[in-house]
Amino acid sequence: MSALLQVSGLTAHYGDFQALFGVDLALEPGEVLAIIGANGAGKTTLMRAITGIARVSGGTITLAGAPISGRPAPDILRAGIAMVPEGRRLFPSLTVEENLKIGAHARRGSGFWDLERIFALFPVLKERRAHPGTALSGGQQQMVAIGRALMSNPSVLLCDELSLGLAPVVIREIYAAFPMIRDSGTALLVVEQDIGQALKMADQVHCMMEGRIRLSGRPQDLSREAIHDAYFGVSHG
Amino acid sequence: MIWLDTLVQGLLLGGLYALFAAGLSLVFGIMRLVNLAHGDLIVLGAYLILGIGTATGLNPFLAALLALPVMFALGMALQAGLLNRVLGEDILPPLLVTFGLSVVIQNGLLTAFSADSRKLPLGPVEAASVPLGPVTIGTMPLLTFGSAILVILALNWLFYRTALGRAFRATSDDPVTAQLMGIRPQRIFAVATGIALVVATIAALYLGARANFDPSIGPARLLYAFEAVIIGGLGSLWGTLAGGLVIGVAQAFGAALNPEWQILAGHIAFVLVLLLRPRGLFPRALD
Ligand SMILES: Nc1ncnc2c1ncn2[C@@H]1O[C@H](COP(=O)(O)OP(=O)(O)OP(=O)(O)O)[C@@H](O)[C@H]1O
Ligand SMILES: [Mg+2]
Repeated sequence: MSALLQVSGLTAHYGDFQALFGVDLALEPGEVLAIIGANGAGKTTLMRAITGIARVSGGTITLAGAPISGRPAPDILRAGIAMVPEGRRLFPSLTVEENLKIGAHARRGSGFWDLERIFALFPVLKERRAHPGTALSGGQQQMVAIGRALMSNPSVLLCDELSLGLAPVVIREIYAAFPMIRDSGTALLVVEQDIGQALKMADQVHCMMEGRIRLSGRPQDLSREAIHDAYFGVSHG
Repeated sequence: MIWLDTLVQGLLLGGLYALFAAGLSLVFGIMRLVNLAHGDLIVLGAYLILGIGTATGLNPFLAALLALPVMFALGMALQAGLLNRVLGEDILPPLLVTFGLSVVIQNGLLTAFSADSRKLPLGPVEAASVPLGPVTIGTMPLLTFGSAILVILALNWLFYRTALGRAFRATSDDPVTAQLMGIRPQRIFAVATGIALVVATIAALYLGARANFDPSIGPARLLYAFEAVIIGGLGSLWGTLAGGLVIGVAQAFGAALNPEWQILAGHIAFVLVLLLRPRGLFPRALD
């Protein structure tokens, strides 16, 4: 029996440059998997490959047993994988509310997440619903990006560096939403450079370097030294 | 008084130009595609209305109604089968392909209908007019103008008030992120071109009713449309209406001074506006 999201031997290239070298991971329903790693490790490439935005050159990806690698991004979204992209990428011509609604563009039928539930999760968005999405503060934009992705009621939500460029208090505010997202049954695959945050929220941590997963385990089982080494590529004796 | 009359005639003519331009503006706003065959597609629409009218005996207004879905389907097919394949970072391939399409349409029409001038036979309404204060206005120009306003209103409603319009704007902003929302940009583009040809068909009705047309007049209509879009500011629909009016009024005043100056006056207005406002009258904040 395979996991909800199963990635096996995934490789990806940018032209001649190989960015991923046989990445494996498995995500179970309701689980949080954090991926940490230095700049350029290939974290974003992995996320983009899973969502179909970046082309995969080898390996397989399955969602609930069905192969999805190589399918176009809109199909993968419909299959149940949504992403909060690096840099948030709100649509500048759309208001906050429209940015949220467009997340439900492909949705048929109802699910847990709708506009009211997103507003309950991030009440500040309700006040600012008529503003252009890009007129908001960085933290609020990140909330819109998360809400937008949730509006499709995904079974797997990918988050690429939610903390990027945000103050610690704002980061905490955003991650405070995670328990409710988990409780809604959505599994989370989270790329995070803030290691402390990653260890705090995750059931499982993978550390990536140069296109490979160098270290994985449960947060409580990983020593600071092991993480440090996998992160910076140092090896002891 | 003659000046007021000229102004009104110019505004009414501008409505026709705005109709020529609206579809071009819509397509450019959504997919940054400059369709060089737009004028020829309007002429094709006029022949389609003529053909349907001849075959069924319906008057041009009803024939145009039948032509609308045909042109919508043609637009979808054109985008899905041809234009989507050449859209990309490089803006040259779509220009070449639509230029080629322009030539193909002109020659196709020439073969099918010959070079003879045609006109859509509207009947008595052609000569009808309504007195409006100190000036008398032809019913057809008034209908044209009213249709232009309605088309712009409808397109704005579609763009800003519907789920489809939301998807248009999102795709225009960022086609990659739009795909993460489940939007299929190529499908969105096909629908947009379908709608552009619906507007082109409305323009075709008034083009063919106002004056004679033949297979070769498309490129000149494209030029007016193009100027209207640029005067208005790329991607702004109200701007496109304003651009059409500017050209129409300039042409009317040019013609009032000397009939040979009509076309030239429109082009001069275009150049003047560009000199004073290089991004047009209503530039979109983001591009
Ligand atoms: N579009 C691209 N073209 C060519 N090379 C790319 C492209 N995008 C990323 N790369 C390269 O692929 C490698 C992995 O990049 P990626 O963005 O996946 O890293 P990352 O772990 O997300 O880094 P960061 O923490 O900075 O976001 C890097 O060496 C990067 O330079
Ligand atoms: Mg990254």
